[in-house]
Amino acid sequence: MALSRWGAVLAGTTALIVLVSGCGSSGSSSGANGSSASDQHVEKLTFDFPVAVAGPVAQDVKDLVNQFNQTHKNIQVSPVFTGDYQTTMTKVQTAAKAGSTPDVAVLQSTDMYSLLDANLILPIDQFATSDSDKQWLTSFYPALMANSTLNGKTYGIPFQRSTLLLYYNKDEFNRAGLDPNSPPTSWDELVKDGKMLTKNGQWGLEIPTSGLTYWEFQPFAIENGQNVVGDAANKVTYDDPKVAQALQFFADLSKKDKIEPTGLLGWTTAPTDFESGKAAMIYHSSGSLTSILKTAKFNVGVAELPGNVQKGSPTGGGNLYVFNTKDSAKEQAAYEFVKWMAQPDNAAKWSIETGYVGSSPAVYETDAMKQYLQKTPQAAAIQQQMQSAAKELGTHDGQEIQSILSTACQQVLTANVTPQQALKDAQQKADQILSKYQN
Amino acid sequence: MGLVQVGSPVVHMPRPRRFTRRAWQGYLMLLPSAVILLTFTIWPMIIALYHSLCLQDSAHPVPKFVGLANFGMLFHSHLFWQVMGNTFLFIVATVPVSLVAAMILAVMLNRRYRLTGFFRVALFHPTVLPLVSAASIWLFMYTPDYGLIDKALSAFGGAQLNWLGQPRTAIWAIIIMTIWKQLGYFVIFYLAGLQGIGKDPYEAADVDGASAWTTFWTITVPLLMSTTMFVFTIAMVDAFQLVDQLYVMTQGGPDNGTNMLLFYIYQQSFTYQNTGEASALSVILIAMLIFVAILQNVVDKRVHYES
Repeated sequence: MALSRWGAVLAGTTALIVLVSGCGSSGSSSGANGSSASDQHVEKLTFDFPVAVAGPVAQDVKDLVNQFNQTHKNIQVSPVFTGDYQTTMTKVQTAAKAGSTPDVAVLQSTDMYSLLDANLILPIDQFATSDSDKQWLTSFYPALMANSTLNGKTYGIPFQRSTLLLYYNKDEFNRAGLDPNSPPTSWDELVKDGKMLTKNGQWGLEIPTSGLTYWEFQPFAIENGQNVVGDAANKVTYDDPKVAQALQFFADLSKKDKIEPTGLLGWTTAPTDFESGKAAMIYHSSGSLTSILKTAKFNVGVAELPGNVQKGSPTGGGNLYVFNTKDSAKEQAAYEFVKWMAQPDNAAKWSIETGYVGSSPAVYETDAMKQYLQKTPQAAAIQQQMQSAAKELGTHDGQEIQSILSTACQQVLTANVTPQQALKDAQQKADQILSKYQN
Repeated sequence: MGLVQVGSPVVHMPRPRRFTRRAWQGYLMLLPSAVILLTFTIWPMIIALYHSLCLQDSAHPVPKFVGLANFGMLFHSHLFWQVMGNTFLFIVATVPVSLVAAMILAVMLNRRYRLTGFFRVALFHPTVLPLVSAASIWLFMYTPDYGLIDKALSAFGGAQLNWLGQPRTAIWAIIIMTIWKQLGYFVIFYLAGLQGIGKDPYEAADVDGASAWTTFWTITVPLLMSTTMFVFTIAMVDAFQLVDQLYVMTQGGPDNGTNMLLFYIYQQSFTYQNTGEASALSVILIAMLIFVAILQNVVDKRVHYES
């Protein structure tokens, strides 16, 4: 008896400890450095990719990879679908500690700092040496590169990047006596329109707030003239008075103006409510554009987010990274793959399938994109939003720093904590963590 | 730990020598489980203990010995105590309720009525569902406005509640869901326990004219004590291991209102890469589980196993 009871308890802890201790063993790179790259040699690359939006997107990625493999005889990429961003990052970091990483992967742009701290990724500049490649590196939207460069070096190539957009129900605008072709462009109009659209069984506005609350809050800080993060990777500005003011406005939408439900809203609740007519306006990722247009049975309007002292929205989503595999032939091949995946035609196809941002102005010059925009004028809002988009909250220990801000926002949204108090605490916690990275 | 006793050789040998052939056989048979136990339980525990004494995170990839600093940091962190408080509340709210409800339901289902089979299946089916899908279903039921629960409440004029959207209600939402999920599993054990009680005590009670309540309280409950102890252990271990529904339903939020020990360890270890802190938390978890095991062993000595 005694043995089996101990066994039950020990078994209970085992799984956990194995996992935790698995992180411990470091070093011992697998490196699989067979023969060097001769002309006949085929470089075999593993490519980890997450899928963060609904729809058959994983298949689209595989199609793209197949196309690459057919046109590049000496490189063979095997795509590995790895769940969502978080899972993929966990997998990569854990695998790295056991000495094996993928050769190339899509990971959140904000994970760049953590990947660098673990010495897992390489600067793209080291491969982009020709003039045309150098020019290619500068072709992307600056807002997207704010999360892809550090100290003048580029570490990530925009691939499935997104931004927040305002989706609104044009039919409800008509019914409420509002002009369906002029969505709110300022905070005041947002509240005013929201009040007119709020009625029994329908909210004027829904902004998802559970989970990664920091991202949905960021537009308000940017629009109020002070983003929560600057260029530095070890500094945040949570306790700036303008940020506090923005958070007050964000919370007032539900608490004072009553155009939003109180409490936290799930990420997937907002589009579901929008599509079923329970919310007349929502803030959501551009990555949801295709699925919202497909599902909604009414005229959907899409616009850039309303501004205050300026317009703005954070970018989001994932970049392509070349991993430090200590095998230069593989690394070079990984770069070829990244470059190919990010070229305008492929980026256009990818953007059309999903609603992800076309990563450079050139993408919007492609024929496929032009045709698509004619058929789906709503997607133009994405390109428009890119003009005023800003850096997503990304620093060293990024996920923890983000979660500190999310928690502060949640405190203000769900309890009687003032923005000043919550943000002051958050700043203190963030400073404590970031103080490790002062050099 | 009983390991040696099980392996120790035959009792009836005249002069037991240490390594007779039969003794070797015994050890050999134990070897596979011993190896597994050592590799996957004891060794990781030692490693975790070592890492808990090291500073190791993204800024310090190479472990640096810092003594008890990780524990000191945890004990000074508001979040740690919030997490411990949540874990404690969760255990206190789920374990006794599940135990009592399971026992009562088992006694009711132990009789043969026309619908007994149906009720048994109905009660047991949540156990068969994977926790992740159950959590997804409850996530939908808890949705404000058109979720099943809010709809039902509003039909009776109740206030609209965003169950998972507020720290105070979110943890209760998780507790209710967990009790629902594990109740059927415990009922099965109690049903088995009830089958093990003979008819005699009940017939004797009947002859003495004892009321149903007295019978339940003086016969059923004491004779089910060994089952209760067993279910209690399982429930305690389960309560510490809860993580799936948090992942699906709240991610530990809002405002860490549903963050519990194991989920916190997962966050620290895999999301934030704070290996040192995560190991310190694991050590605390192990210590608590060992404490539960010891406590249970002590109480166990007072329980009869024969009926």
